[in-house]
Amino acid sequence: MKPATIINVLVVATLLVAPYWLNAYWVDVLNSIGIYAVLALSLNVILGYAGLFHMGHAAFFAVGTYTTAILNTQFGIPVLWLMPLSGLTAGFFALLVARPIIHLRGDYLLIVTIGIVEIVRIALVNNVFGITGGSNGIFGINRPELFGYVIRTPHEFYYLIFGFAAITVLLFLRLENSRFGRALNYIREDDVAAEGSGIDAAHYKLVAFVLGAFWAGMAGTIFAAKMTIVSPQSFTFWESVVMFTIVILGGSGNIRGVLLGAFLIVGLPEVFREFAGARMLVFGAAMILMMIFRPKGILPAQPRTYNLDFLAGPRGGGK
Amino acid sequence: MQLFLEQLTNGLAVGGIYALIALGYTMVYGVLKLINFAHGDLFTIGAFFGLTLLLSLGLTSHIGPVAGIIVLVLMVMGLVALIGALLERVAYRPLRTSPRLSAVVSALGASIFFQNAIMLIYGARFRVYPHDLLPTTTVSFLGVSIPVMRIVLFGASLVMMAGLYYFVQRTKTGTAIRAAAIDQGAAKLMGIDVNRVIMYVFLIGPALGGAAGVMVGMYYGQINFTMGWVYGLKAFTAAILGGIGNIPGAMLGGLLLGVIEAMGATYISLAWKDAISFMVLILILIFRPTGLLGERVADKV
Amino acid sequence: MSASPLLRLSQLTKSFGGVMAVNQVSFDVDHGTIVGLIGPNGAGKTTVFNLITGNYRPDSGEILFDGRNIVNMRTNRIVTLGIARTFQTIRLFQNMSALENVLAGCHCRMRSGAIGAMLRLPWQKREERQALEIAVGELEFVGLRSQLDQAARNLSYGNQRLLEIARALATKPRFLILDEPAGGMNDYETQVLVDLINQIRERGITVLLIEHDMNLVMKICEKLVVLEYGVMIAQGAPMEIQKDQRVIDAYLGAPDDDEDEDF
Repeated sequence: MKPATIINVLVVATLLVAPYWLNAYWVDVLNSIGIYAVLALSLNVILGYAGLFHMGHAAFFAVGTYTTAILNTQFGIPVLWLMPLSGLTAGFFALLVARPIIHLRGDYLLIVTIGIVEIVRIALVNNVFGITGGSNGIFGINRPELFGYVIRTPHEFYYLIFGFAAITVLLFLRLENSRFGRALNYIREDDVAAEGSGIDAAHYKLVAFVLGAFWAGMAGTIFAAKMTIVSPQSFTFWESVVMFTIVILGGSGNIRGVLLGAFLIVGLPEVFREFAGARMLVFGAAMILMMIFRPKGILPAQPRTYNLDFLAGPRGGGK
Repeated sequence: MQLFLEQLTNGLAVGGIYALIALGYTMVYGVLKLINFAHGDLFTIGAFFGLTLLLSLGLTSHIGPVAGIIVLVLMVMGLVALIGALLERVAYRPLRTSPRLSAVVSALGASIFFQNAIMLIYGARFRVYPHDLLPTTTVSFLGVSIPVMRIVLFGASLVMMAGLYYFVQRTKTGTAIRAAAIDQGAAKLMGIDVNRVIMYVFLIGPALGGAAGVMVGMYYGQINFTMGWVYGLKAFTAAILGGIGNIPGAMLGGLLLGVIEAMGATYISLAWKDAISFMVLILILIFRPTGLLGERVADKV
Repeated sequence: MSASPLLRLSQLTKSFGGVMAVNQVSFDVDHGTIVGLIGPNGAGKTTVFNLITGNYRPDSGEILFDGRNIVNMRTNRIVTLGIARTFQTIRLFQNMSALENVLAGCHCRMRSGAIGAMLRLPWQKREERQALEIAVGELEFVGLRSQLDQAARNLSYGNQRLLEIARALATKPRFLILDEPAGGMNDYETQVLVDLINQIRERGITVLLIEHDMNLVMKICEKLVVLEYGVMIAQGAPMEIQKDQRVIDAYLGAPDDDEDEDF
């Protein structure tokens, strides 16, 4: 077996059995990591693959979370049924807001997406349409039910969250190694050349946004179910920064890197709780140092490999 | 009408502060094409330094309120300028040739670092500025009573902007800054020391931002370690509004945004005040990304 | 052979901030030919290319490709119709492999999207294999098969130009636009390029190229179009153009500065 495979097996095995040795508190920390991991993976489609400086992911997460919270508390629709719907709402919202800004250059896009996240938060605080509950938010969200089994404890949520994360990883790996994934990479490298090669850059950027938002919206459903209370405080600009940083520091465009980033950035501060005050300070300094000494992240994106064995003729040296 | 004029003066006073912060963004962007995310936090640092100096030195009682405040502001400007130059040295200079995203992330890191440093030193709660620094009297003008504070703040920001404008237009260093903003490579070839220009920019911008911090403390009476980022984002909006990289643009954009926001808060909704500013930002970037005074450049592909 | 040309420019005009970069330019490119667009630096040649490929929009005039007006069409649509290009300043996906660069060209002839990729449908796998086959084939055609897993930035300058041609060919074009393909190549590489362009024509692809290397142009083009200050001053067979007094004046009188265009 290759070393990478061994590591994969070990990581998956550890994650499967970890809850048996951990108390509710630490399982809850792992649950947070899991949700952030899914969010960061969905942001990675936009930021990592397509190279779009998007720092407003918390807005899409918020739309998904509130969709679940509102529809569940108002109409009693079971939480997990709302997952695709919350994804669609977030995706639709992304389509609306991304459409006019998609052509903006790098850092302009960054600042606009920050603006969007703030507008969404202010809208939630101001009880927009009278359905978001203002700054108190919405409470009384039902527990999710899977095949008649109600998910309640952190240990039960753990398997829901990490199950969803596993599906996400699997699907996004396929996405990465496809025509779609490559198209996003071409756009990241040089969008003029990509268009000159026949790739509809604007369309793909938009699809990346919608897909990333769809996934963040679905993560929102799980978040709403886990918290049972949602409020605007969960969707500040800093939430977006955390997601952004997970992707950049972990390894932009690399799924393993993003997962590692989620563990380090969400998990480490919990480990060093005694230094709670200083942890964000260290976090800020680490961002500067990483950019200087390891700008592509802890685990940089690796080139794709192609199996060319099926081709006739001289071996091209492709793996 | 009365309400309108009252909000107009309020908007101009706040707008002057936005303009001072916006100048820091616009100058850095002009020379480095970098959004200095930490700039808003330099502003916060200015506000807190101002508070510390006010409480510890008692300048206003020794040399009188006016001279005391002027000396205080100058000291704060000097200190914040040093931090600004240090920031450039540590967090941006090593990334001068890196992809833009690296510098942006570094700037974010610096912002997080500063915010938490302020929080560790001064605490997370709101801190209160002494409110007896300036007489709280008002003057009557056209039937509208205007607090003296507003006039002083507006006047002070105008003086600083005029000073900067003179410096940039008339001095050799100012010319070098403008040259480097147009074309760094060409400026280098003409014998301009670009590193020095960048250092100047990181001295001047933060100095103005620091002064703005003290002004906000005096105007609103309370400060907090996170306030820099909302102010920063608004000042950045002002810089974009005027045309990023354009110094008179930042001044105009700041004043304009201050007025738009004051009017929006009065006639639309106070609760949506911040959202209005961000909407302005987004609309400008969509419809006129070059800002009001920016030149319309040919669409480059 | 049909009378209508593959590409027809008529009265094409584009100005930048008052400067007429391209002024009332009209010419035809017939099926299966190799046409050269020449002229002193700054004559507007690359602008003509950018107009054809939709990177710029003309102020006025028409561009007919196979009888169809492609003005105001988006670049990627134009590529899909069968016009491919290379860039004057090489624009490869520098951090990606040579193979992936060519796969970019295959993109517009493929169909699978995000959902298909996630579900990994059988037809999608088949399509992926076909694309790999085409990409490797084009790399072989330009002589870069042995370097297919090299990052584009690690290739020599001449090979980077060849890789751009391979990427353009992978879009299955009927019409190929080459912007200074021999730029930065040595004599041997240029000779290889001449053979390659002839082979491209043998594949039934019509070629329009900008080139400063007059030797190359005279050798392979059956028709030349000459621009000066955005105006077409001559067109015809290479032998006639060589004798044209206006062309000679334009070349002798023009300062030899660098072309200050973006591509």
